[in-house]
Amino acid sequence: MNDLPQQLANGLLLGALYGLIAIGYTMVYGIVQLINFAHGEIFMIGGFGALTMWLWMPNGTSLLVALPLMILMAVICSVLVGVGAERFAYRPLRGAPRLAPLITAIGLSIALQQAIWAWYPDATKSRPFPEFSGPRLDFGAFTIERGELYLLIAAPLCMIALGFFVSKTRTGRAMQATSQDPDTAKLMGINTDRIIVMAFAIGAAFAAIAAIAHGLRYGEVNFKMGFIAGLKAFTAAVLGGIGNIYGAMIGGVVLGLAEAMATAYIADIPGMEQLGGGAWKDVWAFVLLILVLLLRPQGLLGERVADRA
Amino acid sequence: MRHRSLLILTTAVTAGALTLSACGSRDDDSEGGGGGDGTTVVIGLDAPLTGDLSALGIGIQNSAELAVKTANKNEEVKGVTFELEPLDDVAQAQQGQQNATKLVGNEDVMGVVGPLNSDVGQSMQKVFADADLVQVSPANTNPALTQGEEWQDGEKTRPFDTYFRVSTTDAIQGPYAAQYLYNEEKLQKVFVIDDKKTYGAGLAGTFADEFEKLGGKVVGTDHVNPDDKDFAAIATKVKNSGADFVYYGGEYPAGAPLAAQVKKAGAKIPTVGGDALFSAEYVALAKENAEGDMASSVGAPLTELDTAKEFIKNYEAAGYEDAYEAYGGYSYDSTWAIIQAVKTVVEENDGELPGDTDEARKAITEAMNDVSFEGVTGKVGFDEFGDTTNKQLSLYQVKDGEHVPLTSGEFEG
Repeated sequence: MNDLPQQLANGLLLGALYGLIAIGYTMVYGIVQLINFAHGEIFMIGGFGALTMWLWMPNGTSLLVALPLMILMAVICSVLVGVGAERFAYRPLRGAPRLAPLITAIGLSIALQQAIWAWYPDATKSRPFPEFSGPRLDFGAFTIERGELYLLIAAPLCMIALGFFVSKTRTGRAMQATSQDPDTAKLMGINTDRIIVMAFAIGAAFAAIAAIAHGLRYGEVNFKMGFIAGLKAFTAAVLGGIGNIYGAMIGGVVLGLAEAMATAYIADIPGMEQLGGGAWKDVWAFVLLILVLLLRPQGLLGERVADRA
Repeated sequence: MRHRSLLILTTAVTAGALTLSACGSRDDDSEGGGGGDGTTVVIGLDAPLTGDLSALGIGIQNSAELAVKTANKNEEVKGVTFELEPLDDVAQAQQGQQNATKLVGNEDVMGVVGPLNSDVGQSMQKVFADADLVQVSPANTNPALTQGEEWQDGEKTRPFDTYFRVSTTDAIQGPYAAQYLYNEEKLQKVFVIDDKKTYGAGLAGTFADEFEKLGGKVVGTDHVNPDDKDFAAIATKVKNSGADFVYYGGEYPAGAPLAAQVKKAGAKIPTVGGDALFSAEYVALAKENAEGDMASSVGAPLTELDTAKEFIKNYEAAGYEDAYEAYGGYSYDSTWAIIQAVKTVVEENDGELPGDTDEARKAITEAMNDVSFEGVTGKVGFDEFGDTTNKQLSLYQVKDGEHVPLTSGEFEG
């Protein structure tokens, strides 16, 4: 078990990545009760937006200089797609049975994947993403990569900013009101359409920030990366209590830790040799999800941020 | 307002659908009919032309096309014009099987080159066998494809008479690497990882068996999902296991990030694998972390073979955008083997193919057993299992961002 601190760090980083994506699921669900299955693709498009920005830079540009511009570009791409999806794919179906927008979401997810596959140059295979070079940062018991610092800073920063926004600003409170009861909120003079667009935009922006973390961590982006990441983030959102923004982050971290622990230790338990290791980590992650849903169906922190605020 | 957004949505969906259907029809530069009264023989090709493994697949397609063009130009078989029909299997067994059915259905198809992946090959074998249609794979290396599932216990039986391949098998590819690493590099401890696929698990298994037989130690094993990118937890395990190197049975889309993450975790040890890591894409994805990693591949390095010089020259002259990659030479030889089999049948049948499709296919399959010629990759010929008689293997190491030949030789038990 001498590698426990390192494995905890691995799990925490993976979890922070899941958590950032999960916020988009949770906010949209909290307000319109829609599971936006295209969210994984919004994440993927953020990654390609950042890559495009990097390719536009002159050769030899330092990644530190390029990173802010890449973040900006990723956020712009993701938000445009996210808001566009809301406007053209989901809004026309508002008021329709809930199955209709769900199916639209799945269709949209495939369409977006295929669009990048077909139209982004060379995107039929994984595209290399720039990485920070240099030795790993040593924290004694564990080490992390330079690129992962970005995630370590971005995830808490995003959470604090979002927490402040939701609880302290006028728009944020309007968001809580809409989430609690859209019809009454409308009667109180809140422009609920604008609030819904806002939820999509914030979720997409966070997904874009996560996409850059993905690129820096794995050194590549590809058109399929949204599918698995989206599925994991959705799991994280449900685990934490879908609709609850802090729950999404907690759910992500729990999921990431569970995967790291399953990979590292389950095979060491006598009699479990065949059920451990990297190929089984997803199985254990979903076993955990089922257990949480059996014992605490509302998720770890409970549903709907509005009820708690 | 509502109508307009519906219109836009419909447009978007239609555009998406068009994209999907566009990838179905990839016959951009078909060869054209050729001579008026001659017969046209279609050679089918199945490889991953899109997706993560497309670098290898496109190399296969281009090289096969080059062989077809050369045969037509030289009138290799009098009165016969060859044409290539490439199909994309996206590296998926199910798609491969569908493509096989499609090729069997086309009466002009007299032989098929491909596929790249062993599990795809496995799914296609029976379809071709039922139609007596010959298949020559440039790249399948799983021993069970030619020697049956019981090959490891010494009970070799050939499952399908229509299946041939010009690449050597993992039964000798894994052990070849094991011998070099243990005897020459003096490495004692290995961490073995595979992706549980037909190719990866088979390769890792034969490697580990030989390595332990030589006296080496397997200090850890693990399995990964081929679509995964996050190997941080496994990399930490590798680092703490004290292994001298990692052996990975699998392909480069997961192999490259795995090798990179092992090095990033602080274990400065090479990752070694089979021919599916022998690709420029591997270096592109693992970047500077690929340095020192090794990959075995079937045959001798093409750059060192006299027989390959003309192929490389012609490939460059043809102006293909993508490289011929690991299997280009083999793909050329596979295609040429089919052309030679057709030639034999035509010569024995008064200068033309038997009119009946089934009869023609059967005759070509039989002729394949005796095909023998000097190919790009050395002597091409098949033994009683449909395996190549050429047992040459090589190891490559990444130096300055490129795979350079390390050693080459024949494997001896």
